[in-house]
Parts: sequence; C-alpha cells; structure tokens
Amino acid sequence: MIEILSTGPLCSVQDAGRRGYRKLGVSVSGSMDSLAFRIGNVMLGNVANAASIEITVFPFRVRFTAKTRTAVTGAACGIFLDEKAFPPWWCFEVNPGQVLTLTPPSSGARAYLAVGGGIDVPEVLGSRSTDIKVGFGGFEGRCLRKGDRLAANFVAEGSAASGSDGFGVVPPCKGEFERESARLGNADGHAGTCARVLVGPEYDSFTGTSADQLWNADWTLTPDSNRIGYRLDGPTIDLKSPIEMLSHGIVPGVIQVPPYGKPIVMMLDGQTSGGYPKIGTVIEADLWRLAQAALGSKIRFRRVEIDEAVAASVAQEKFIQSIANSQWRAGWK
Amino acid sequence: MVDSTGNCKLKLSYLGEAAILCESVGTLDAGAPDLGLQTQFWALAEVVSQWPAVDEVVPGMNNLMVVLRPGISEPWALLEDIRKEWPHVAPASLIGRVIDVPVTYGGQHGPDLQFVASRAGLTLEDAAALHCQPDYTVYFLGAHAGFGYLGGLDARLHTPRLDKPRMSVPAGSVAIGGVQTGVIALTSPSGWKLIGRAEESFFDPLKEPPALLSPGDTVKFRINRVEA
Repeated sequence: MIEILSTGPLCSVQDAGRRGYRKLGVSVSGSMDSLAFRIGNVMLGNVANAASIEITVFPFRVRFTAKTRTAVTGAACGIFLDEKAFPPWWCFEVNPGQVLTLTPPSSGARAYLAVGGGIDVPEVLGSRSTDIKVGFGGFEGRCLRKGDRLAANFVAEGSAASGSDGFGVVPPCKGEFERESARLGNADGHAGTCARVLVGPEYDSFTGTSADQLWNADWTLTPDSNRIGYRLDGPTIDLKSPIEMLSHGIVPGVIQVPPYGKPIVMMLDGQTSGGYPKIGTVIEADLWRLAQAALGSKIRFRRVEIDEAVAASVAQEKFIQSIANSQWRAGWK
Repeated sequence: MVDSTGNCKLKLSYLGEAAILCESVGTLDAGAPDLGLQTQFWALAEVVSQWPAVDEVVPGMNNLMVVLRPGISEPWALLEDIRKEWPHVAPASLIGRVIDVPVTYGGQHGPDLQFVASRAGLTLEDAAALHCQPDYTVYFLGAHAGFGYLGGLDARLHTPRLDKPRMSVPAGSVAIGGVQTGVIALTSPSGWKLIGRAEESFFDPLKEPPALLSPGDTVKFRINRVEA
C-alpha cells in the first residue's frame, strides 16, 4: 500500500492514456508528460503502461507499507526519503514505513511517482488513467486526497536493489534536449518553453500579421490553464473573415483560436472534437514540454514541417530506448 | 465541388504527426451538414479503421479524423492512401434507434434561448417548438463522452458559438453550436448556446455500451415546458 499523507488538489493516477474510445467522445487522459511517465517505468523495469501518480501541487507526501522500488521523474522537485535527499530523475529502493516527500520544483510543473509493478487500480475502458472531467478511472475516478491508500503491484526482487543509493538518468531537459531547445529559439535569452508546431488546416484563414504573431510572440500561459487546455495570452490573432465550422475530431496539441482571438492549446483531458479554427498543432513529441511549463511562464512556437515532426518522434523513441538498453539498468534488475 | 466520380472533394490536413483530418470541401461552407455525405464518411471510417497504420477513426460532422498508430514513420503515405480510397467508398447507411428526449426549454438552464429566439424573430415558445420539430440524426459522438452531434436543425435556429467558451456547462444542457444541436452529456466547458435542459443520462463508463447515443440514431426532442 501507498498511503497519501499530504497532497494538493490536482494529483491523480495516470497511465499512457485511454485510446480507442475517442469515437464515443472519451478523452485520451493519461500522463501530461508522457516522456517522464515512460522513463519512470523504464527505470523500474515495469511494463510500459504501468500506472503512476502525476503530481502537480507540492509538497506531496506518501508512506509506503511494503518494500519496493520507486522512480521520481518530470519536474525538478526536491526528493526526500525520510531525511535522505535524492536528485531529480532518480530511482531508489524504499522500505516499509518510509515516507517520501516531494517538495516544490525548481523547474518544471509535473512530477511522476512510479512504483515497481505500477499502481494497482481497476482498468476502465482499457486504461488506469483518471478521467477527472467525467469522474471515472484511476483511483475512484478522482484526484487523490490525504488518507487515500493505493494498492501497488510491488516488485522488489534483484540484489542490486538492496542497500543501493539507486541511480538516475539525465533529464531530457538537459544535455541533448537542452541544445535542441536552444535551436528552437531560446538562443536570445528567452527563458520559457519552446514547442514545435505544424500549421493547421485554417492557418491561411488568419491574417498574415496574425499568422506571424504565432511564431514571433512570447505567449503567457494563463492561470486558468489545466489538463483540458492551455489558454495563452499575447497579441490578438484575427481571422481574415469569420468562419463557422462543422465540428470535427481534434487531438491534444491542436491550437484552436476562438473569436476572442487568444489561442488555446488542447491538452490530454481536452475535448475529442471542436469547431474553432485551428492555426496549428503542437507536435506530439513536444507535448511534454508544455506539460512542464509553469502557469504564468512564457511559451514560444517554432514552425516545422511534417517530416521534422516525425523525426522528432523517432528521436524521442530512441532516447527512451537508449535508457531501456543501458547496462546499469540491466545490472539493477 | 464534385470530382469525376461524383464524390465531394476531400481536403486532407495534418493535425501534428498524430492525426490526419479529412474534410469535404466546396459544397457546405455556409450550409447545414449533409446526411448523404455523412454516410460516405461513415463508410470511409469503416475502411480506414482496418488499416494497420491506423489507431482510431473519429467521424465528425461531414468529416473524419484518422489517428495514426504511434511510431508511424510515413504519415504522408497514409494521407495518399486515404485520398485514393475516397472515390471508391460506397455510402454506408446506419440504421439506428429512435430516442425520445423531453426538454425544459429556457429558464436557468437555457440562458441563451432568448438570444436564439430573438435572432430568429420568434417567441420562446415558438423557438422551442421549432427545435422540437425535426427528427435529428446522430452524426457522430464527440466533444466529450457521450455527446451526440445532431444534424437537422432548422436554419432559423442556426446560431454562432460564443466568442469565449464557458468554463463549465452542466450535464443535460440542450445546446446549439452553429448549424448543429445536441445535449451536453457531462458537465464540461462549451462554447455552444444553451437553450434548455434534458434529464436523461447520456454516458456511463460502466455500462455497455457506455454512450446512450450511436451514430445513425434518431433523436426526437419533446417540450416538457418552456420557462422565461
């Protein structure tokens, strides 16, 4: 069991998401930062889709009732097992009775707590993710509260686990990805998030000035942004003339522009269809960057074409594979 | 715009590297959705859903979103396959059930009925009666779980979406979005104009099937009462 000792209002059980039910209007849900989520499970040797806890409000404290291993990935929060501190993106052993505390992050917005074997909640419509809007899946269909006790499929085998200080991985926001981010437009000192965008079906329906604004402005992530959508503030984006569209399917990452002229990026709890004009789509490989953008921070978009979007997905897959293939992880197992 | 095979032309666009949106172009820019065309999109959805590169198909209102399986390295090939397939799809009629939905029009849960009625030059009662008149076809489910997009709305009731969507609209709200109407199935954000309230439950994840409505079903609204 994992007992929740203290939590904010927006922590929930999430896996890779609920696929196959969009045609009923069911949102994908799942971990906002799919990269951090997946790497947590890779570090533990879990199945790829084992459910984890997504933590958005800190501090977050849990007590473990059984021996297990755990990995904390995503936002660079403080990680304390009882008094002992671990760096971000770290995998370590815990013993019965030990308390894990995650403190507010120095960078990033969402942390993922993965445990050996995954959080054991029932699958609903093929996924363990919490659909917070509808109120099903995850733990009792809701965000976690103090006093909740989560079951986990604890696995604690392996000699390397005992008495070890564990191990970490280089966070994707460092190293290669950081250099990439610089190429994406951080070179001029922009300290915010950069995400790559493919132009959307209605891109040419916006005025030329407005279309340019999408790429040139520093967008502010407004406080009413959440897992459903990111509402951005910045210059007003105008259509050449109003369009009333027939509703159609949309995916997380789609940037809609309602008539009030401020873009909304649909996120994982977003609606499965919409009807506002779409100026672009944040590529899937960069959705995790948005997931880690703090409320009030700046976001910048860079235009790419489809081949670059595919290449970014391939590169991300390789990055995860390189961690999965690492010798030290094999030794740990 | 109709091509040599008699089928409406398709506009294909990428929604990132994850999905392809297939839309009809030319014929319907200002008009209502077309049921004949919808049956072609239902048929396209059926064919495309069998392809190995495809993860999910999500029909829309006279359009189709195709969600790619993760890791598909050549989405442009899939796009070409869809373009080639479209002229060959035969319309697929879906025979559905008839579902009666009593509605309380106006009042607290229909704050936009007044706007919709005045725009049409109608009284609240006449606007409600006009909304109840047609047999609506469920074109597709989307926006949120269990929400059916209904085609067949009288042109006098066509109403633009809100300039800025409401953050939360209660489940059961009967709403109009452009040329479409429907019942908000779960409390959620929406940019549609709200004209009334229904009591039915439209989605339960633990039921099989989870959604009350299916594409091809017919919805008949009935006036429960009209409130000012």
